[in-house]
Amino acid sequence: MNKFYNLTKGILKENPIFVIVLGMCPTLATTSSAMNGLGMGLATTFVLLGSNVVISLLARLIPDKVRIPAYIVIIATFVTIVDLVMQAYTQALYEKLGIFIPLIVVNCIVLGRAEAFANKNNVFQSALDGIGMGLGFTFALALLGTVREVLGSGSVFDHKFISGDGIIVFILAPGAFIALAYLIALFNRIKK
Amino acid sequence: MEYILIIIAAIFVNNVVLAQFLGICPFIGVSNKIETSMGMAGAVTFVIVLATIVTFLLQHYVLNPLGIAYMQTIVFILVIAALVQMVEIILKKLSPVLYQALGIFLPLITTNCAVLGVAILVIKKNYNLLEGVVFGAATAIGFGLALIIMAGIREQLALANVPKGMRGVPIVLLTAGILALAFMGFAGIVK
Repeated sequence: MNKFYNLTKGILKENPIFVIVLGMCPTLATTSSAMNGLGMGLATTFVLLGSNVVISLLARLIPDKVRIPAYIVIIATFVTIVDLVMQAYTQALYEKLGIFIPLIVVNCIVLGRAEAFANKNNVFQSALDGIGMGLGFTFALALLGTVREVLGSGSVFDHKFISGDGIIVFILAPGAFIALAYLIALFNRIKK
Repeated sequence: MEYILIIIAAIFVNNVVLAQFLGICPFIGVSNKIETSMGMAGAVTFVIVLATIVTFLLQHYVLNPLGIAYMQTIVFILVIAALVQMVEIILKKLSPVLYQALGIFLPLITTNCAVLGVAILVIKKNYNLLEGVVFGAATAIGFGLALIIMAGIREQLALANVPKGMRGVPIVLLTAGILALAFMGFAGIVK
C-alpha cells in the first residue's frame, strides 16, 4: 500500500457517497445545481481536514469514555468557522445552502472518519484521509449536481444550452432521490 | 387556525424527509420493518420535542442576552447529545419496558439531522415557544409517517425481483423518489 493511498481511496474506491453511502442529507438537499453541490462539498472538505488533523493530534489526550462528545465539539468548532467565513465572503451560496451549513456537524462522514481513521493514525495520514474523503464527497456532489442541473434546467454551471425549462422535476425533491438512485446503481455496475 | 396550518405544512407539504431531506440516514437504515420504524418514530418524536424546548430557552435566555448567538451550532449539538444520553438513563430507570422498545434507537438519534435541523429552524422562523413545540411535534409526526409508509412498501418489495445493480440502497432511493412525487401533490394546500 503506498503512502498516498489514503489520499486517493476516497475518490473512487471508498467514495463516501457512492460506496459507503453516508451523509445522504446534504447530498440530496444541496445538489439542485452543480455549483451548490461543489460549494457544499468544499465546505465539508474543510471541516473534514480540520477535524481529522486536530483529532489525530489530541487522540491520546482525550479519555476514551468522552471521546464522542469531544469529537463533536471539535467538529462543531470547524463548522462554526466555515459558517462565519461563508456568510462573510460567499453570501449568495450561503443563503442557498442555508440550514445545511450548520448541519455539517451531524454529517456522518465527518464523525465516521474521526472514529474510524483519525484517532488511530498520525497527523499526516489523517490530513490526507480528510482531503481524500472530502474530495470524494465533493466529486459525488458535483456529479449529482451536474446531472440534475443538465436534466432539470438544461445548463451546466449556470451556462444554459437549451432555451426554456428542462425537466423541472429533477431540480425538485423527487428528482434528487431518483438521480442518486441511478448514479449509485451505475457505480455498482462499474465496480464489478 | 395558525397552529393547524403549521401542523399540516410540517407533516404533508414540507415533509421533513421527502421535501426537506432531513433524517435520511435513519429513513434508509431502519425502514425495513413497520415495527422498528414505529419504535424509531416514537423515540425521535420524544427527543425532538424535548430538544426544541431546551434549545429555544437556551437561545433566548442565554445566547442572545450574552451576544454569543454565533455559538449556536456548538451549544445546540452538545445539548442534544447530552439530552439523548439523559433520556436514555432516565428511561432505563423509570420505564424498562419503553427503554427496551426504544433502546437501540436512542444513541442513533444524536446524529439524526432532523433534531438539530428543527432546533435551528425554530429559531430561524422566529416561532414562539408554543409554536416551536407544535412545529417540532408535527415535523416528528411527518418523519414517522414517511418512515412507516416506506417500511410498508419495503416489506412488499422484499418479495419482488429487483435487477441486480438496483438492489439495496438504489431501489430504496428510487422508491423514496416516487413517494416524494406523491407528496408533491400536497403542495399548495398551505401558502
